[in-house]
Amino acid sequence: MIPEIGNLALSFALALALIQFVIPLIGVSTNNWRMVLVAKPAAIGQFVFVSISYACLTWAFYINDFSVLYVAQNSNRSLPTAYRLGATWGGHEGSLLLWALILSVWTFAVTQFSQTLPALTRARVLAILGAISIGFIAFILFTSNPFDRLLPIYPVNGSDLNPLLQDPGMVFHPPLLYMGYVGFSVAFAFSITALLEGRVDNLWARWVRPWTIAAWVFLTLGIAAGSWWAYYELGWGGWWFWDPVENASFMPWLIGTALLHSLAATEKRGVFKAWTSLLAIAAFSFSLLGTFLVRSGVLTSVHSFATDPVRGMYILFFLAIVVGSSLALFAYRASTVSVTSWFGWLSREALFLLNNLILAVVTLMILMGTLQPIFAEMFGLGKISVGPPYFNLVFNILMTPLIFLMGLGPIVNWRQFSVKLLIERSRVALVVALLFGLSQIYFQADKSLSEQLQIFLGMFLVAWVVIQTLTDWYRRSKRKSGFKPFNISASHYAMYTAHIGLVIVLIGVVLSSHLSIEKVVRLGVGDEQKVEGYTFHFDKVENFNAANYDGIRGTFSVYQEGKVVAKLTPEKRQYHASGQWMTEAGIDSTITRDLYMALGEKLPDSEDWAVRVYVKPYVATLWLGSILMGLGGLIAISDKRYRTRRKKVVSDTPTDAPNDNTADAKAEA
Amino acid sequence: MNDVSKKRLPVMLIPLVFFIAMVMLLSFGLGKDPTKLDSQLIGKALPEFEKMLLIEDNKLVTSSDIKGPALINVFASWCPPCYQEHPYLMKLAAAKEVTIYGVNYKDSKQDALKFINNLGNPYEFILFDDNGRLGIDLGVYGAPETFLINSENKIIYRHVGIINEQVWHTKLKAKLFPVNATPQGQTPQGKTEGSSN
Repeated sequence: MIPEIGNLALSFALALALIQFVIPLIGVSTNNWRMVLVAKPAAIGQFVFVSISYACLTWAFYINDFSVLYVAQNSNRSLPTAYRLGATWGGHEGSLLLWALILSVWTFAVTQFSQTLPALTRARVLAILGAISIGFIAFILFTSNPFDRLLPIYPVNGSDLNPLLQDPGMVFHPPLLYMGYVGFSVAFAFSITALLEGRVDNLWARWVRPWTIAAWVFLTLGIAAGSWWAYYELGWGGWWFWDPVENASFMPWLIGTALLHSLAATEKRGVFKAWTSLLAIAAFSFSLLGTFLVRSGVLTSVHSFATDPVRGMYILFFLAIVVGSSLALFAYRASTVSVTSWFGWLSREALFLLNNLILAVVTLMILMGTLQPIFAEMFGLGKISVGPPYFNLVFNILMTPLIFLMGLGPIVNWRQFSVKLLIERSRVALVVALLFGLSQIYFQADKSLSEQLQIFLGMFLVAWVVIQTLTDWYRRSKRKSGFKPFNISASHYAMYTAHIGLVIVLIGVVLSSHLSIEKVVRLGVGDEQKVEGYTFHFDKVENFNAANYDGIRGTFSVYQEGKVVAKLTPEKRQYHASGQWMTEAGIDSTITRDLYMALGEKLPDSEDWAVRVYVKPYVATLWLGSILMGLGGLIAISDKRYRTRRKKVVSDTPTDAPNDNTADAKAEA
Repeated sequence: MNDVSKKRLPVMLIPLVFFIAMVMLLSFGLGKDPTKLDSQLIGKALPEFEKMLLIEDNKLVTSSDIKGPALINVFASWCPPCYQEHPYLMKLAAAKEVTIYGVNYKDSKQDALKFINNLGNPYEFILFDDNGRLGIDLGVYGAPETFLINSENKIIYRHVGIINEQVWHTKLKAKLFPVNATPQGQTPQGKTEGSSN
């Protein structure tokens, strides 16, 4: 009964989404206010019904209703409750329902936090969000219904959630990631609205910024959570694999990052308007593309679920309509967007333009690498070798200048800046950072030249950005009236935090890639292995049983200078339902190093085990830096400028906004 | 940066053109579902090849050195699922259930040898397909992928993704060793061994 209610609720939600899409648009074009005002209640109603539907599916998992096909495929009686609830999004159908739910959450948020918007604009934004929702809910109902029954004969037990996903990381990773992915739909809807209204301007940029930042924060944290999961669950010490699904989430992140910067330029200076609206369309298009790549089975990946060409066809069709019509609208309207502002070749605008270009190129290169297997199939031969070497090369070459620019962006003014002042303000940092970089390779004399170069570049960039950021902060805090760090705007603190966060991630990327020590050794109970000054002592190995798997757990004590510094308990688990073996790494983490162990196979004809031991420096900075980046985003949203409704300000460009003042060009003091 | 003109329209069309090209590409990819074998390869003999081995790298082998029934497993050190799959291949090889040949796909020799030294070698021999040429002849989309070869050295099935206990018992074993000796795979009894633990 409950699954049928879920199905019915989802059908109601589809009807409401249709209303939310069609009625307000008719109202806007016929000047019928009653029809315009339908948008908000329809959106709220849609949110309520999708939530009911989602709750019904969760309930089916909770009570182990294996008469529901999707539950039978993705759950099992012995699965712990938390994972049973997480299993709701463990498969194709459920993760799409989560997608729809999160879209309706964002839509609901728009109804609640956009009181300052002109009513017509708000109605259009909601209508566009409704259109996206129609596509997804119809997709679920007609090709991927999670409520389909397995009647009259159904199994007494389900076939279990993929053991790889039975992990706390997997409980958080998809919702965070989807919040980010889907969150770009709001920026998308605003962008389409602005193009329809022919009003891409500062005020528009100010409306979009907090939504974009919010989505970006979720996406940042979601990607970090996924990476963290891969790190300890795959048991191989890696945290990024350039897997198609990882790329699918990384491309919207890169475009989203470009969008954050170009939005700032559009809001403050009225430049890049057409480009910014294109990026807003692109960020969401990449989210849709990611969904297509993951769901259609065009590319195989570690994360891919069951594939079905009909589903792939549907998403591609949907993608073609949504993105195609948006880009056509863009081509039609963007040429009429006026650019009234001027900037010199050395100005913050120019640096933002470079930033945007690099990010766009990186994204396109990653897209090409990701789609390369299809190219290869089409032309008979692969032109470029896909896989990590390609991605690493492209990424290193393009990210180095980008991160270098992060040291210049904050100190350069809008509009125009003098070369002399630039050199004066950055020469000390440049010299100190170069020396710091060189000092780092001094300690790594045994590495190859290319590794030394990469360590040097990485550490130079870290020092460069940190010094430039801190001195900029100091310079802005120092007033005639004394040291006033609180006079700096929140958006500046946001930028400082996110930039520092990024270079902290960079520390982890560079050092853990080049300085990790890996040893595969044969160890029996009582044996010891020395790695990098740490002695790993094999204390014991024991079997244990959990509800849904049998496990083997090794216990190791790690000694440094005779003292125990860590206890590691790597495990191997065999899950009952599927018979699959999984590795759970034993990890002891501090900022400066991770001690990481994974149990391999028990060696034949002996009591010894193959054990993988890693000492990986600065891995923790990857997660720490990501959290800082997210925090930077939160500080940016907290900026009170986004909540103040009316404020007397001066603007560069006249706008025809009816009931709000134009953007604050000098808000940064 | 100042002027506004209608001349910008063609520039603004670039994203749309780019997108249309990509959709065409994707719909092409969609037609060829990578989880299904291109039909022309089913029942055909293994493509002819001459390849160097990964481990004894002065030795050249040809397609006639492969003796079915066997599995041809495409793997690479850059492929995370391969690490997950490998222990089960070791188990299959140790139990002498089936002969497994390896194709090391688009890998560096150093990384591939490290992979094998660390995880063990379940393979009869490993073809070193560094340029991916053999992979293209086989129609490989990525790793891991496994081809089932019958006793006449014909390809009877292609499995995309990892092999684990469940996949082996419910899908592959029955295809490779038909219970009632039908000549070419496809035994209706394929599911008899269900979820054995």
